[in-house]
Amino acid sequence: MTEIGLGHYLTLGAVIFSIGIIGIFLNRKNIIVILMSIELILLAVNINLVAFSIYLGDLAGQVFTLFILTVAAAEAAIGLAIIVVYFRNSGTIRVEEIDKLKG
Amino acid sequence: MATDGRMFWRLILKLTISIDKMIAHAIFFYTFSIIAVVSAIMVTASKNTVHSVFFLILDFISISCLFIMIGAEFLGMIMLIVYVGAVAVLFLFVVMMLNVAQQKNQWFAGQATSKHIPVGLIISTLIFFEIIIVIGGWKYKPEIFDINNSLASTSVSNTHSLGQVLYTDYIHVFQISGMILLVAMVGAIVLTFRQRSGVKKQSYIKQISRERSEGVEVLEVQSNKGVKIDD
Repeated sequence: MTEIGLGHYLTLGAVIFSIGIIGIFLNRKNIIVILMSIELILLAVNINLVAFSIYLGDLAGQVFTLFILTVAAAEAAIGLAIIVVYFRNSGTIRVEEIDKLKG
Repeated sequence: MATDGRMFWRLILKLTISIDKMIAHAIFFYTFSIIAVVSAIMVTASKNTVHSVFFLILDFISISCLFIMIGAEFLGMIMLIVYVGAVAVLFLFVVMMLNVAQQKNQWFAGQATSKHIPVGLIISTLIFFEIIIVIGGWKYKPEIFDINNSLASTSVSNTHSLGQVLYTDYIHVFQISGMILLVAMVGAIVLTFRQRSGVKKQSYIKQISRERSEGVEVLEVQSNKGVKIDD
């Protein structure tokens, strides 16, 4: 219990990953919260990579966490820009009412 | 006798310090991870979108505390700067600009919502248990769990060693990530750029390409009559 090992960090990553997936499925009102859930999922992946990097003594995990951080920032910027444009054109970002693609 | 006593107390001190290190690691891990998990739940569950952005910030802060504690100081600080300083503020800005905070974010209301709750819960618990099974099924070498064996005990600092590999072994990936940032910046600007009509703006091309003949006109001014300029 008091000995914190690799498994603890991996479990924390798994918990946050699952919460992010719950957020994507359960949130039907606001698409910004879905973007935030995606950020949570990327954060969970980062936790896994950093924990492995520290406990295995290999720096590659931290380097790739840096790249994931970069991609996550770019993704958030593009996603929010798309949301702003969509809101300007249609006046809503409620998930139920976004059905222009008829998917 | 005096030296013996001093040795004894020094040994006790060393022992308590080593035990305290372990217990402190556990205490800090559980504190920050509980904060992180609760705030992650609140991100998805809170009714006000602004509140969920704030919980996202709290989540990032506690995870970066965990990173700093485990020995990845550079990544913890970068998390603070990039996520809390840039991404979360961007989220907050967009949420406040679009004024969706007032639209209540009730995910237990409505037919369409309750239909998705069991699906989401089933899928996420399935994924969670799959990950746990994978983690639990691994056989670790015992020295993996020794934190003293890790990078934290080397003499070179974390930032220094990251820089040493980032600009040598991973230089191409680093440059590609810079290109990704550039493309994202250009894409975001192109997406949100809007040409407004009816706004007075300077046109540099127009200014530079003016000729003397269309700008200046020499008129003969007659006495007591003047010149009408605008017509």
